[in-house]
Amino acid sequence: MAVAFDEMNIPGGDLRPAYQELARWLKETPPEALEYRRQEAELLFRRIGITFAVYGDSESTERLIPFDVIPRIMSGKEWGVLEKGLKQRVKALNMFLRDVYHGRDILRAGIVPEDLIFQNPVFRPEMNGQQVPHDVYVHIAGIDIVRVDSNDFIVLEDNARTPSGVSYMLENREIMMRLFPDLFARHRVAPVERYPDELLSALRSVAPLSASGEPTVALLTPGVYNSAYYEHSFLADKLGIELVEGRDLIVKNNEVFMRTTEGLKRVDVIYRRVDDDFLDPLTFRPDSALGVPGLMSAYAAGNITLANAVGTGIADDKAIYSYMPDIVKFYLGEEPILKNVQTWRCREPKDLGYVLDHLSELVVKEVHGSGGYGMLIGPAATKATIEAFREKLKREPEGFIAQPTLALSTCPTCTASGLAPRHVDLRPFVLTGSKSTTIVPGGLTRVALKEGSLVVNSSQGGGTKDTWILDE
Amino acid sequence: MLSRTAENLYWLARYVERAEYLARTIDATLRVTALPAAYIGKTNEWDSALLTAGVAASFYQTYEEANEHNVVDYLSFSVDNPSSIRNCIEAARLNSRSVRTALTSEMWDTINSAWIELQAVWSKGTSTREDLAKFLRFVQETSLRFDGSAYRTMLRNDAYWFSRLGLHLERADNTARILDVKYHVLLPEEEHVGGPLDFYQWSSILRSVSALTAYHWVYRETLKPWLVADLLILNSTLPRSLASCYDNLVRNLDQIGVAYGRQGPAQRHARGIRNRLEHSNMNDIFQHGVHEFIQEFITDNSRLGEIITKQYLI
Repeated sequence: MAVAFDEMNIPGGDLRPAYQELARWLKETPPEALEYRRQEAELLFRRIGITFAVYGDSESTERLIPFDVIPRIMSGKEWGVLEKGLKQRVKALNMFLRDVYHGRDILRAGIVPEDLIFQNPVFRPEMNGQQVPHDVYVHIAGIDIVRVDSNDFIVLEDNARTPSGVSYMLENREIMMRLFPDLFARHRVAPVERYPDELLSALRSVAPLSASGEPTVALLTPGVYNSAYYEHSFLADKLGIELVEGRDLIVKNNEVFMRTTEGLKRVDVIYRRVDDDFLDPLTFRPDSALGVPGLMSAYAAGNITLANAVGTGIADDKAIYSYMPDIVKFYLGEEPILKNVQTWRCREPKDLGYVLDHLSELVVKEVHGSGGYGMLIGPAATKATIEAFREKLKREPEGFIAQPTLALSTCPTCTASGLAPRHVDLRPFVLTGSKSTTIVPGGLTRVALKEGSLVVNSSQGGGTKDTWILDE
Repeated sequence: MLSRTAENLYWLARYVERAEYLARTIDATLRVTALPAAYIGKTNEWDSALLTAGVAASFYQTYEEANEHNVVDYLSFSVDNPSSIRNCIEAARLNSRSVRTALTSEMWDTINSAWIELQAVWSKGTSTREDLAKFLRFVQETSLRFDGSAYRTMLRNDAYWFSRLGLHLERADNTARILDVKYHVLLPEEEHVGGPLDFYQWSSILRSVSALTAYHWVYRETLKPWLVADLLILNSTLPRSLASCYDNLVRNLDQIGVAYGRQGPAQRHARGIRNRLEHSNMNDIFQHGVHEFIQEFITDNSRLGEIITKQYLI
């Protein structure tokens, strides 16, 4: 594995320009003061109730995601490149989805294999021929980005279903501004606080034609026991919209209503944080108590907009991921600005052969897995784990892809033994409405707190940082 | 607003009010039982505490006899008692989480901090009287803070009114129950009332509804049962009296009616109860029988809860 790209220090002892002021500040600030602020931050998070639930963990059902008080900083110039690349990528994702559920030019052109679409459980035949307002499928995208050198941004994963984490981006900033006003005064940090406004106007802009002039938007949550419930309530609050559960909604004459103290009230746009499978027990899983019976027929009738659309999983599927550079070129006729991680498709015999021979060097992921579960990190795995995985892989090669172990970039992070570099990634949030695509400057930086660890997922011991884009 | 949100706000307020009432009941009972037996008579004060909390039946399924130790535990910390203080705070927190968007940050902070403290400090109950006193103060202060934050920070819209409905309905129920228990169980009507023995009983009732000082201000008299009853039933200047609760319930329901542009059975029913209270005097109530009067009130009051639920919350 190559040496990780250090976002603060240039090999040889110099500092990258974006970090110079932070470094000066760190020198002036005694470690105890930093530790004190760290504890204060933790207290604030707990009091605000910014917690998440860990599934399969009965001991403490509500946990805090560790917050690291050292910000991750990027220059405005770097951000400019990233922003352009993200817009390009999300545009291609939307065009791909429109195509897959309509004309299927890309399949006829032989760029993406048919069986990868039609035999994919996240492909939704219900969406065939279904019109969605302004052809926007992915209204909210969370694109996971990593850096391995100073030049390139690499997409690790596209999240086009119900990406979460934006509440941490917003709350981390709030808390940082409260704890370190002096540090902010010494930087020009681009603000992130307009995200809720932009989200609301994006959602309003895609209301169905049958909606009234002031479309009613609601956020659909699986409920208080969902791991991201805090975020759902936080966003509903910031957007000033109702936070509804399935049982609050009812479908009548193919229109969706919420039960209010004044009777039924029509809903036009649902920002849903419930997975496809659970949306409508009449169409998808009949045992789902989280959904709304009849929602899909109201959707088919064009009386409700779901954000994100149903069936977007086909665009962020890990098997499709490896085709993204071609997908960008196919629809936009442009070279992709953001790179992909080199990916071996285990469904292809040649790739599988390579993967089986190099298991101890590769990261092997389940095509349909998420949250860092069910993956093999070759260099960190024992022989026995690798052998067990090899059998799994041979049994069902089409269920896996493999990638080289990336040396994720590092940022200075508070640890028990003082500041030390830790690996980070970044999830910016891309909003697409009827007219424009917007990205607030920043995103959620996740950091692997354990020394040497590359797993940044909060469910596996990752933490978060505030992400600063300097306004130059 | 969403019916579910209104329902959660309504129950949230009820749980907080109930927790405070339980804390006050325990507090008052501790004071009475600290007196020499000659001052309080032969009654089991802990038994009557269970009755006023409305959990005597479930308590005796587990315990043979009521004493300080097991009643304090049952009312405060028991996981099995659905309306123990602990469960009230747990339920209030769960309700708060589901309606966070309808709460102000001050209200959320109050409930969330109380819940954190409950787990961090009080998860094992209390072992000394001093600890218990601290715990009871914590519960009462939580309720005061919650009520105060709601009053000072909430928009005056349906969210506020539904939460007030829960508060006043619960409060009316609690006041009615404590009066009933003391009158009916401890002092059968034929028994002479007003002797020195009763002084401590009555002051403990007043204490449990935080009205001891108020009594002296209003009547400038020694404690007399009919005046205590007058204060707690008919005196609309006392916030915990039935009359005051119903003034508030009628007002809040009217505000909802105006905002929504229509009235319904809840408004009519609440007005009916208020009118009856307005046109009653203590002589009539005593003639009719205090117990009967209060029993009717309790039934009417919980009927109002059902009507509100049907009209707005489902």
